[in-house]
Amino acid sequence: MSEQVQTAVIDLAPAGPLREFWDYFSENRGALIGFYFIVAMLLAALFANFLTPHSPFEQYRDQILTPPAWQEGGLWLYPLGTDEVGRDILTRLLYGGRMSLFIGMMVVSSSLLIGTMIGLVAGYAKGLTDTLIMRAMDIIMALPSLLLALAIVTILGPGLINAAIAIAITYLPHYVRITRASVIAESSKDYVTASRISGAGVWRLMFITILPNCMAPLIVQASLGFSNAILDAAALGFIGLGAQPPSPEWGSMLAGALEFIQRAWWVVTFPGLMILLTVLAFNLMGDGLRDALDPKMKQ
Amino acid sequence: MNETKPLLEARNLTRYYEVSQGIFQPPAQLKALEGVSFRVSAGKTLAVVGESGCGKSTLARQVTMIERPTSGELLFDGFDLVNLSSQQLKEARQRVQMIFQNPFGSLNPRKKVGSIIAEPLVINTQLSKPEREERVRSMMGKVGLRPEHYERYPHMFSGGQRQRIAIARALMLEPKLVVADEPVSALDVSVQAQVLNLLMDLQQDMNLAFLFISHDLSVVRHIADEVMVMYLGRVAEYGAVEQIFQNPRHPYTQALLASTPHLNAQNRQQRIVLSGELPSPLAPPSGCVFHTRCPYANPRCSAEIPALLTLADGRQTACHGVEEGRI
Repeated sequence: MSEQVQTAVIDLAPAGPLREFWDYFSENRGALIGFYFIVAMLLAALFANFLTPHSPFEQYRDQILTPPAWQEGGLWLYPLGTDEVGRDILTRLLYGGRMSLFIGMMVVSSSLLIGTMIGLVAGYAKGLTDTLIMRAMDIIMALPSLLLALAIVTILGPGLINAAIAIAITYLPHYVRITRASVIAESSKDYVTASRISGAGVWRLMFITILPNCMAPLIVQASLGFSNAILDAAALGFIGLGAQPPSPEWGSMLAGALEFIQRAWWVVTFPGLMILLTVLAFNLMGDGLRDALDPKMKQ
Repeated sequence: MNETKPLLEARNLTRYYEVSQGIFQPPAQLKALEGVSFRVSAGKTLAVVGESGCGKSTLARQVTMIERPTSGELLFDGFDLVNLSSQQLKEARQRVQMIFQNPFGSLNPRKKVGSIIAEPLVINTQLSKPEREERVRSMMGKVGLRPEHYERYPHMFSGGQRQRIAIARALMLEPKLVVADEPVSALDVSVQAQVLNLLMDLQQDMNLAFLFISHDLSVVRHIADEVMVMYLGRVAEYGAVEQIFQNPRHPYTQALLASTPHLNAQNRQQRIVLSGELPSPLAPPSGCVFHTRCPYANPRCSAEIPALLTLADGRQTACHGVEEGRI
């Protein structure tokens, strides 16, 4: 009897915040699938050298444009076929995940982080600071993003990291605008005034009171921004300013094989599919993340 | 009126806002408060009454130190609220707290009830987490919240319960003055009475002074010790609650009281219907600001600003008609 009471008490005790977050997150099936897909992609990219016998740079010159294994003329040695110089596509996709996921995450996290900070300052400070920041952002937005990225990469020098920095800068205004708008809307609400009357300082008001209430649109924007980042990095790679050629990267694999789209569909399709699935997974996870972090969805 | 030393005293308080009228015109001056003086004693309630736009909420923003007045004096419990150093501001703020009109906007939707109520303690005291929780729980009991509400989010509560949460937060630092900006006007009538009674009980227990802003006269009559009627940023009439309600002298107060609905026909006063609307505070009328809608107005009213006169019974009225004995 006493044992039963004991367990009942333990069950009623509030779960830790992490546990609670996971409970709400895992209620959303789509988000869970997205999350598992991303984890699988990360692991595959990380352990690519154990998963495939080929090197991503090895050119099997006598096996150029081999179709996928299930098609006539395909070989199980190259499950998804080979590209125009005879490299195994599956191997390049696995290794390419390293770069593409890295670019996507770096671009999204840095523009999200910096953009949110700038937007927070602009929305909170108002007045001249706000005007200066927002006009600077307008200038960035007025330039075509690829052209601006091109200019920045030209200044910094070609390379994957520089390409990521350039793309992050072109995405900055989106996050700044979204954050600023939410901050302005939230800071006029009474709970912010209440905090101020309680004696909250500037930092507490900005980061603890206001910022958490501005998260929802930012999470959505960030999960959508991931795909654009990969595609823009591919575009930079295509003109030779992003990932440098033989190194595998989904975007440049897609861009580099466009001329074969008529005779060898697999060269273009599989990298495209990888980008599509990853973006979808990030969007699903972003949706679930937003809901799980929103207290209004909790019972 | 009250000869003991007041907790809060305002002398000639004014607050102007600059309103931009476009690039090519100089900014206009909005006189939200114009020479307002009043006193609140410890443990007493001063109700501020008036239409929307009369400066009630601006007054609350001055007293809670969200804004600084343009001129005038505001003395609170030994602090000069107009010229505070940042250290004094921090101290003074702990003794003036506020309850807001809309309980759906005044609670942070991302925080649990426990941490909303604990926030003033986190900011202003060095208490450890268990000590804070203990104080929060005892305050929750005082305002009629159940212990299991501690871990819940504000959106799970009704308006009345949310207002109880807001009251608990306002009282955590044991303030001496609570500014209540229409604290029950957003609630159901059945819940209004509960919250009002709670406020009055807490006032007795903790010797709180209330600056109670409202446009609901039946609520004011129930809770207030003194009433200040405002019109367009100025004091129209100011006196003890019985004086104002039994025998209003200022024509605006009379019209305001006559507009209260009564159930019994014998209690109904003759309705005084004010014509026109509240004038724009950007272009207030000349002379007495009320003369455009006043049934007793004469040429003097539109030329000369009436001074706030103390009558024989101790109340103050700003009206030429009362001064001349016409009303």
